Amino acid sequence: MTSLPNREPGASRLGLVIDLDTCVGCHACAVACKQWNDGGHMAPLTDTDAYGSGPDGVWFNRIHSFEAGTEQGGCGSRTTNFPRSCLHCEQPACVTVCPTGASYKRAEDGIVLVNEDLCIGCKLCSWACPYGAREFDQDVGVMKKCTLCIDRIHNETLAESERVPACVMVCPTSARHFGDLADPSSAVSKLVAERGGYDLMPELGYEPTNKYLPPRPRPALALDERVTRDSANDDLPLHGLLKWADRILAR
Amino acid sequence: MHPAFSIIFFTSAAGAGYGLLALLGLLAPFGLLPASPLFGLAALALALGLVVAGLLSSLAHLGRPERAWRALSQWRSSWLSREGVAAVATFLPAGVFAIAWLFLGGGVAGVAGWITAAMAAVTVYCTAMIYASLKPIRQWANPWVPRTYLALSLMTGALLLNALLGVVGQASAWSSLLALASVALAWAAKEGHWRHCATARAVSTAETATGLGHIGRVRLLDAPHSEDNYLLKEMGFRVGRRHAVRLRLITRLAAFALPAALSLGALVVGPGALSGTLALLAAAAAALGVIAERWLFFAEAKHTVTLFYGAGEA
Repeated sequence: MTSLPNREPGASRLGLVIDLDTCVGCHACAVACKQWNDGGHMAPLTDTDAYGSGPDGVWFNRIHSFEAGTEQGGCGSRTTNFPRSCLHCEQPACVTVCPTGASYKRAEDGIVLVNEDLCIGCKLCSWACPYGAREFDQDVGVMKKCTLCIDRIHNETLAESERVPACVMVCPTSARHFGDLADPSSAVSKLVAERGGYDLMPELGYEPTNKYLPPRPRPALALDERVTRDSANDDLPLHGLLKWADRILAR
Repeated sequence: MHPAFSIIFFTSAAGAGYGLLALLGLLAPFGLLPASPLFGLAALALALGLVVAGLLSSLAHLGRPERAWRALSQWRSSWLSREGVAAVATFLPAGVFAIAWLFLGGGVAGVAGWITAAMAAVTVYCTAMIYASLKPIRQWANPWVPRTYLALSLMTGALLLNALLGVVGQASAWSSLLALASVALAWAAKEGHWRHCATARAVSTAETATGLGHIGRVRLLDAPHSEDNYLLKEMGFRVGRRHAVRLRLITRLAAFALPAALSLGALVVGPGALSGTLALLAAAAAALGVIAERWLFFAEAKHTVTLFYGAGEA
């Protein structure tokens, strides 16, 4: 059923909190995700022409790099690595547009999933997602998306410390955090409150579950005068041999 | 957005078919159409043929077409599902109307005809709402989209009807006037849509997409991958935008100006072989023009996912 479920009181809302301050853009999350999910719930994550001239394939994580503050010049702008994956929205239009009932949002934990046996591959859900979270598998003919590693987080055969999504598990700088964002006392909710975690494109009204933590403010570096000084017109404090060379060269 | 030909053909052919079907259903009960069963058969075959060809073409767009029947299940939430249900449901009154009109005549044809016309309009409206309900694409998520789809469906249907009447030598002043009026309506709707797209402010920007606007203007430094991917192929299509000016000129000429001039010509010369030829040419020009319009409808639509790949606003 592609109508959205009624939220039960006390239901959890599982998601990720991604720290743009500490992400170093190493793509380990994308690779670990690809590795786990290629054998997981949504398998396979088909690649085509993987070693050829036009490689293509399905990825649930894609890591962009942005420069923010481009107008500030010099050292004023910030380079920010930006992991992008499914945000498991509270108002997921990707679910409601689905004509077959293949897409659904779980009432118990809010995870958005695709039942691949029902999917007709009409691609409309990928058009309805503003964030580019859904990718079409042209080999299987159905839509694929992040499962929040549903086959890890509820997997009792794994050690409890490993019951987190593969991208969170692998991150070398702990820039990715997993938890229940419906519970205000959870570690992720506290992190969001402390650091001012925010939604992507809030103006569209999708109410993403995943939050992003902004880069921490840092002191604005003044432009270094050794770089900016116009030495041709400067009175340089020169002595001895350098002073003599300067005088000769200035003739 | 990538202009898949299967979808372009589906929306334009089925739109014309439903337009013609609606006009037949509306007008036949008034006795405005030729009584010959041969005309009725040809007109219904053309209308339903276009609808069926369009629907079959839409299946070609699917990754798993053999499961297409499942798309009829989620009409509570999905406009695509509603469109499928409406399309299938329209065949019922259309079948009753066809039998009644061709063989029985009388009241049954009247009621079934009007229900068919209403259902055809509902189906075209549902098709338009598939696009108009997508918030990430601001060129689509506005009321001009259903207006344009409905008006273009009426226009292509009226031009086909005029051409059919012309072929059997029964073109009349009213059918040419109807064609002319529907072209004017559709042209106005399309210009309204284009003006809306040109003047409405972009809702989302690279700054809102990344949430980094508080630092300043945002630009992409590095894309995630060095090669193309599904998102860019499907949502980042740029070829059509490069030729937008020329394609708009083609649309204005072939879809609107030429059919209007040719229909006016048919009106002026009066019934006969010449007016029939003019009406046929008007329909042919509109077919080309509507395909150009539909191509542009997709190619000029800009999805918010492009904000993550270097677009400033969408």
